[in-house]
Amino acid sequence: MNFLKYIFKRILQTIPLLIIVSLISFFIIRLSPVDPLAELRLNPSISQETLNKEIKRLNLDKPIYIQYFSWAKSFVKGNLGYTSAGEKVSTKLKERIPNTLLLTLVVIFMTWSVGIPLGIISAVKKETAFDRILTVLSSVGMAIPSFFFAILMLIFAVKTGWFPVGGLTSYNFNELGFGGKIIDIAKHLILPAFVLFTISLSGLQRQMRANMLEVLDSDYVKFARAKGLSEIKVVFKHALRNAVNPMITLLGFEFAGLLSGAALTEYVFQYPGLGRLILEAVMKSDINLVMASLMMGTIMLILGNLLADILLMITDPRVRG
Amino acid sequence: MIEALKKIFKDKFAFTAFIILAFLYIVILFADFIAPYSSTYSDRDMSYAPPSKVYTINEKGKWSFPYTYNYVREYEPALMQTIYKQDRSKKYFIKPFINGHLFGVENGGKLYLLGTDINGRDVFSRLLFGGRISMTVGFLSLFVVSPIGLLYGGISGYFGGIVDTLMMRFAEAVMAIPSFYLLIILAAILPSGMTSVQRFALIVVILALIGWAGFARVVRGMVLSIKKEDFVSAEKVMGASNLRIILKHILPQTMSYVIIAMTLSVPSYILAESGLSFLGLGIQQPDASWGNMLKEAQEFTNILYRPWLLTPGLLIFVAVLSFNLLGDAVRDYLDPKSNSQS
Repeated sequence: MNFLKYIFKRILQTIPLLIIVSLISFFIIRLSPVDPLAELRLNPSISQETLNKEIKRLNLDKPIYIQYFSWAKSFVKGNLGYTSAGEKVSTKLKERIPNTLLLTLVVIFMTWSVGIPLGIISAVKKETAFDRILTVLSSVGMAIPSFFFAILMLIFAVKTGWFPVGGLTSYNFNELGFGGKIIDIAKHLILPAFVLFTISLSGLQRQMRANMLEVLDSDYVKFARAKGLSEIKVVFKHALRNAVNPMITLLGFEFAGLLSGAALTEYVFQYPGLGRLILEAVMKSDINLVMASLMMGTIMLILGNLLADILLMITDPRVRG
Repeated sequence: MIEALKKIFKDKFAFTAFIILAFLYIVILFADFIAPYSSTYSDRDMSYAPPSKVYTINEKGKWSFPYTYNYVREYEPALMQTIYKQDRSKKYFIKPFINGHLFGVENGGKLYLLGTDINGRDVFSRLLFGGRISMTVGFLSLFVVSPIGLLYGGISGYFGGIVDTLMMRFAEAVMAIPSFYLLIILAAILPSGMTSVQRFALIVVILALIGWAGFARVVRGMVLSIKKEDFVSAEKVMGASNLRIILKHILPQTMSYVIIAMTLSVPSYILAESGLSFLGLGIQQPDASWGNMLKEAQEFTNILYRPWLLTPGLLIFVAVLSFNLLGDAVRDYLDPKSNSQS
């Protein structure tokens, strides 16, 4: 019961957060000198009718705070307006969000299944050659600009011809069977996922190492050792559980970092995700699309943090308190 | 102070990193002198010329003073493209202190150590001028971030209660927006037609707008525990104003965190600026920055046949790596408890 109450409270807390975020982004965009409908006006395939509908929907002829409320109202109802190309923003987002989620989830899965064990090993084997090499490698990994690494990977893909260059699907995607489709997507995912993996792995490994070192130094671990437990039991049964808990909080942050980092990687690989969408929207000053994708990115981030918090409650009884 | 530096530089990596950074900063400081060409130099007939080959052994197989040959552009009908061929008719010796630059070749000769870009500008010279922007933007942003973050976190933590709740909710909201999304939106709404100095200043401010919230949150956490100390109560009894207590007594206590956070976050600002400029939203042509030089690497033909255009990426990598290593050592010195956290 306590558990459900906490989750409910936590969800309620996100509502003011969303409101503030929407206020911030709305005023940033509206106070800029860019005409939100400029592109729409220039597009000959957009009828005057649609244009008037947009002006009415956004209340562009009214003061800015009314504009905000009408925007918020239609946003809550799920009406996100039209892109400058005349498509519905909601369909565009539906197309892109799963792709970004797919990429980020694959990367998080990869980093966790490699980073956590590496962090444990380097903490247990502190100041051995292995640990030193990992420290150097993680410094290197953290220093590569994601877009530069992505470019290098593209060169690699072109020179070897082992991987498709950019996009998410091949031109003949629709002709492939179900299995073929999955293989095709996987092939396209490898390089962007590898770029993001390399960059986020280093941070995760270092954090895990630091947590583990701290826990290994604590009294109860010393006690467990004094009891004569085997080192494996001490590390995996006693130390690991407490060292992993802070990492779960980090999961939310990692999600945020990936959303941001993915934008550049998506751009270089021409990957059809949310990051590239927002970039294209920004370049075309497509206000509806920018606002909607910014809000979606934020909602995804907040949901990620929420999930991390709930997960932490399950693993750490102290939080339930 | 000297003691501290000695301790920090006992770490071999940190020392090497410091030397590299010092070298980079000296080079960009004297870029006008060291670079063979000026920041506005451009030779439209020499776009995408490959790096000049420098020879130290002459055709007779003997040691010689370093020299180079000019490239001439030729159209190859069979390949349907322009290619560059060396013009072996005249040698150009590389001489020190020529035409007011550190080194160069005699008039008529062309020395492109790292080739040229689409506009026939010398990549090596532009790397130095670009470094001026890329290597300073992080520091300047930090000088904007730190006072905002300190004051915001200080006030929020010191007063507590409803002030704290409201201020922290706002900071959390800023943090909840994916930072790079916010960054590109802010950069995109900058009005066009600004001078390059104005644009540079605004990019610095925008980068700062992204980073202050996280910084303020940590400062607030520290202030929460500091304000319970006796010396703060003593100040209050003596009748010091709240602002005075915050500025003169509480915030100085957070100094070591501030230094750590500053050294550790310079790289992320460098990366953010280069990412923005790479997308064409940061520093604009004709000014150089490492990020906007890499913009040309977005084209396949460039990355495959003109690898010299990728050199700015290497420099970003070296600079960020050096800052990271130095930052780690500074943190280990000031805060030995947290060993090697990211």
